[in-house]
Amino acid sequence: MSRVLEVRGLAKAFGGVRAVRGVDLDLQAGEMLALIGPNGAGKSTCFNLINGQLQPDNGSVRFLGRDVVGLPPRRIWRLGVGRTFQVAATFASMSARENVQMAFLSHHRRLRRLVGYAGDAYKQEACDLLERVEMRALADRAAGVLAYGDVKRLELAMALAHGPRLLLMDEPTAGMAPQERRSLMTLTSEIVRKEGIAVLFTEHDMDAVFSHADRIAVLDRGEKIADGRPEEVRRDSRVQASYLGSFGAQS
Amino acid sequence: MTRISWCNAAAVAAAILVSSGAALAQAEEPIRLGEFNSYTGFAAFTLPYRDGWTLALEEINEAGGVLGRPLEVISRDDGASPAAAIAVANELVTREGVDILFGTLLSNVGVAVSDFARQRKVLFLAAEPLTDTLAWSHGNDYTFRLRPGTYVQAAMLAEEAAKIEDAVRWVTIAPNYEYGQAAVAAFKELLKEKRPDVEFVGEQWPGQGQIDAGAAVQALEAANPDAIFNVTFSSDLARFVREGEVRGLFEGRTVASLLSGEPEWIDPLGAEAPEGWIVTGYPWYAIDTPEHDSFLKKYQERFDDYPRLGSLVGYIALHSIALAMEEAGTTEVEAVIESLRGLTVESPIGPVTYREIDQQSDMGAFVGRLTVQEGMPRMVDWRFAPGSEYLPDDERVRELQGSD
Amino acid sequence: MDLLLQQLLTGVASASGLFLVASGLTIIFGVTRIVNFAHGSLYMLGAYLAVSLIDLFGGGHLGFWGGVILAMLAVGLIGALFEITVLRRIYQAPELFQLLATFGLVLVVQDVTLLIWGPQDLLGPRAPGLTGATQIFGLRVPVYDLFLIAFAPLVLLVLWLLFNRTRWGILIRAATQDQQMVTALGVNQKWLFTGVFFLGAALAGLGGAIQLPKGDANLHMDLQLIAAVFVVVVVGGMGSILGAYLAALLISLIRVLLITNAQLTFGGIAAWQMELVSMFLVMALVLIARPWGLLGRREVASDQRSGTPEPRLRPADATLRIAGGLLLVVLLGLPWIVGSYFLSVATEALIFVLFAASLQFLMGVGGIISFGHAAYFGLGAYGVGLAVRHWGMSMEVALLAAPLLAGVGALVFGWFCVRLSGVYLAMLTLAFAQIAWSIAFQWIDLTGGDNGIIGIWPPDWASSVTNFYYLAGAICVIGLLCLRHLAFSPFGYTLRAGRDSPLRADALGIDVRQHRWFAFVLAGVFAGIAGGLFAYLKGSVSPETLSISLSIDALVMVLLGGVQTLTGPIFGGALYSVLKNELISLTNYWRSILGLIIVLLVVLFPQGLAGAAESLRGRLGTSR
Ligand SMILES: Nc1ncnc2c1ncn2[C@@H]1O[C@H](COP(=O)(O)OP(=O)(O)OP(=O)(O)O)[C@@H](O)[C@H]1O
Ligand SMILES: [Mg+2]
Repeated sequence: MSRVLEVRGLAKAFGGVRAVRGVDLDLQAGEMLALIGPNGAGKSTCFNLINGQLQPDNGSVRFLGRDVVGLPPRRIWRLGVGRTFQVAATFASMSARENVQMAFLSHHRRLRRLVGYAGDAYKQEACDLLERVEMRALADRAAGVLAYGDVKRLELAMALAHGPRLLLMDEPTAGMAPQERRSLMTLTSEIVRKEGIAVLFTEHDMDAVFSHADRIAVLDRGEKIADGRPEEVRRDSRVQASYLGSFGAQS
Repeated sequence: MTRISWCNAAAVAAAILVSSGAALAQAEEPIRLGEFNSYTGFAAFTLPYRDGWTLALEEINEAGGVLGRPLEVISRDDGASPAAAIAVANELVTREGVDILFGTLLSNVGVAVSDFARQRKVLFLAAEPLTDTLAWSHGNDYTFRLRPGTYVQAAMLAEEAAKIEDAVRWVTIAPNYEYGQAAVAAFKELLKEKRPDVEFVGEQWPGQGQIDAGAAVQALEAANPDAIFNVTFSSDLARFVREGEVRGLFEGRTVASLLSGEPEWIDPLGAEAPEGWIVTGYPWYAIDTPEHDSFLKKYQERFDDYPRLGSLVGYIALHSIALAMEEAGTTEVEAVIESLRGLTVESPIGPVTYREIDQQSDMGAFVGRLTVQEGMPRMVDWRFAPGSEYLPDDERVRELQGSD
Repeated sequence: MDLLLQQLLTGVASASGLFLVASGLTIIFGVTRIVNFAHGSLYMLGAYLAVSLIDLFGGGHLGFWGGVILAMLAVGLIGALFEITVLRRIYQAPELFQLLATFGLVLVVQDVTLLIWGPQDLLGPRAPGLTGATQIFGLRVPVYDLFLIAFAPLVLLVLWLLFNRTRWGILIRAATQDQQMVTALGVNQKWLFTGVFFLGAALAGLGGAIQLPKGDANLHMDLQLIAAVFVVVVVGGMGSILGAYLAALLISLIRVLLITNAQLTFGGIAAWQMELVSMFLVMALVLIARPWGLLGRREVASDQRSGTPEPRLRPADATLRIAGGLLLVVLLGLPWIVGSYFLSVATEALIFVLFAASLQFLMGVGGIISFGHAAYFGLGAYGVGLAVRHWGMSMEVALLAAPLLAGVGALVFGWFCVRLSGVYLAMLTLAFAQIAWSIAFQWIDLTGGDNGIIGIWPPDWASSVTNFYYLAGAICVIGLLCLRHLAFSPFGYTLRAGRDSPLRADALGIDVRQHRWFAFVLAGVFAGIAGGLFAYLKGSVSPETLSISLSIDALVMVLLGGVQTLTGPIFGGALYSVLKNELISLTNYWRSILGLIIVLLVVLFPQGLAGAAESLRGRLGTSR
């Protein structure tokens, strides 16, 4: 298996707050790595550092062997990094299908075309992709009025349009009913395994984490305190103390 | 109002319409003229102007109209901008069907309308704009101009200024557009002709209505001049005068100031009007001729107000057009233009002739010194300066007409 | 050294006056996010009211200061009343819509002031005891200048105490940061806003009254001041009172420096030629270096946009196609229906519709607000003017110069503008428009200065009203269709993507800034075409084609029609331009009538005319 992502010594401070301190992460193709930790642990910040939205103070991010620090998000996306946001971001004035069509237009570098209807471009592909995330029926709804869980799925479809090698999913199931959660996670893992996509995701729902992650990395106050297979992490005493305590007790 | 009375009112209105229509049909079809000026944008100058031509209109119609027909003036606001004025001019010409226009105040409006007049072959009497490009570099056969332009007024002041022996170092302050620049250029040229020893040691160019008077006064003061030539007007003038007085700029210095004797610009200063300035203007309170007395009396009776220079301009403008039509014996444009060329009109301030060479009138101006009497600005030691003595001669005009 | 001190004092004194007015504007904007164009009108009312009141009280210390304070309070009340009766109804409207209402107020106040106080300038009364000059280091300094120099920091201090030491002020600051939070605290946001409007308006009124001893009350002071005040507010950072003071100082001092060295030339440009444009240059430089002004806070990345979310754009359905077709038929047959006067009105309306549509493309599709769109209209007009005047080009060729010059202008200006966002971006566009204006105004050899370029008439074949109508109409309709098509093209979608969510767009490989830049150029090109046609319609070009008032006209047309609908500019542009043309020839009260109509439309149709038409259609559709 090839290494998709290699993060070393990643660090970022906001003023006095050291949000991320010296984090290392590795990801292989087809692997799902869950990044967990309490609120404010620095998970989203890690994502923002990896996809270029924030510039790290220190450390390196290598994607497919290439150093991507300093590149803007759009360039990193071009290299094959798809992303969903903690607070989902879609194009509210467009329909779900048009959102996916946008992703295809960008993928095929057709953004600057002045002629032709964008509404007709990659329509079939967009519909197919929506079908895969079980959103076909909602294709013509405006993204701005979709239910929260649907928006998350839409984001997933948009990320997939580019055929990414790495998917960054920030709390993909937040705001969903348990049933919906399970189905989305199952769907995601099916897709990524089939296509060999590496997934880095955060999640507060431990069911989802422990049933889908191949590996788990635990962040606490910006530091990685554990990294390993689910059962190893579950047993880790530091993790239990700082975060998983309640969860460990429950299971 | 109840329903019934509404019906009554409508019936009455209809009756009035019908009867007035019948009356109109009996009378002679009126001659229609188009008039437009910056009534909303520059009301201080244009409302007296409107009163002026209104008075003339009433006089003309009481005396039986023109060519036996009553005169009618269709008056509009020109929007104080060239584009809006062109739209209004077009409306007057196309919808109202007039082919003689008069009015306008702003130079750029006047210039744009004069070109419109040329294009559409209608007569345009530019009543108030001061820019001389109207008569010379941009002049055309369809445009006449009544008011003495920048050059003539600057020449009058230059003549007075030259007489002041110890005024050698001059500074100028003028608004930063064509009017100010042309006035300063003409003043400099003409004064230097008469007084080669004169130097110009500083200049200020505030934006119209945007003067930073304190700083400007300071800068002029720093040049340590003997004399100052001022072209600012309106609220810029008020600010300039106030700052100048407080900071002592005018003490022991000669000031020559364009238009500052015109009531529309100086009267707002009231008792604070600067004393001793050499100005061009209109001392309506002191002109003692039968023609002017009669004009003054009629004007004051009619409007319960004293005339401003604008009143005079409006009054003479309409009389000029009426006389030109009378002389031409027709209202046909080309004939009226022909008749206006070289025409002499009797006015409250003496005869005014439209020169053939540039279609500029030789209307003059009054030159004198400012003082304050009973809390109001007044011109004293004034004389009437006939425009003909200051207008450039034919050869020079041809030169100017050739240039662009 | 002495001279330097004197200049410093003069500069600080002028800064004080500017600051007083600007502080009110920055407070209003900071809290309510309303761009208050009527701030200059409130300033003017303050001046006029104070003249009358002081006159009534008969001078003296009590009379003067009593008059000033009463005028200030009265203007505050006027501001509050306007907020309660008009603005309060339209807080939910899309961004910037409230600006329309304040523009309507500007027009109404101009006429009302003329009606009440008459046309003549009213010389301001002097402040008793503060009239003369005093000697400082052997220099004569007006006492009133010293008073102003001390007064502004005093006001600054009072405002600081108000916002930091009173419950009301602290709530206001909280509201500035997070409006939802304040509502959640159970504070009545309505009255908070009314209070803010009272305070802001009162400060404007105070500014108008306090400048009287140095000048007068006149009918032009509203518009003459407003641009400068906006510049101060933006340079200082919107919402920052201290920033406004610093910005006022900066701008006034630079101005004094230029005035003092009026004849100094750099690269052929004299200092005095820079005087008026200097504040816009300063603003441009400050914004390029600090996109949120000197002390402004970075605006939250506009992912959570205020107001209602943009509606979806749908390609023309059958009804719209039929309506469009009918409109086209009417336009084609117009010469048989109306007289030649109305035909030229219609020509002008079509030109303005294209101009408005180009701005709508930028604002509605691209999410880029522009306060200086006349720059490109004017550059187009000057493109034609210069081509005709200096190269004697025929109309067919000269008309190509219009989009070319406008496009080049947009390319240059846009490069800087797209680096900013929101109102700061809008103000940078205004700065560039003013820079273009002052070049046209001052470079007399090239442009003819304020008299402009005349003699730009169409050749014989196009000179009849009907032919020119068909020519201009065809170009405008094609331009409109192009703009409409662009909105649905991949490029248009990309722009909308960047508008809806810059964050998502960036994470989807879209270079938002670059696309906005292209949008700027495209909008400039179409505005330029409109400007070129306008030059031939009027036969002349003058700096007013680049003026702030034309930029505002464009904004009014777009907002009136509805910024989020592609048909909006057609409604807004046609209505505004025909209305203005007709009202001017009907009455000298055209300004107040136009203003009242605008306010009325704003209150009745907060989604704009096209928005209202669409929702009406929606309602009819569902009831059927
Ligand atoms: N742009 C920013 N500016 C300042 N501080 C920030 C910024 N973004 C994040 N932080 C701070 O960095 C820390 C880490 O935040 P981050 O959003 O990465 O946490 P998280 O692990 O994603 O938490 P959650 O589970 O709540 O999403 C927090 O203390 C947060 O307040
Ligand atoms: Mg997070």
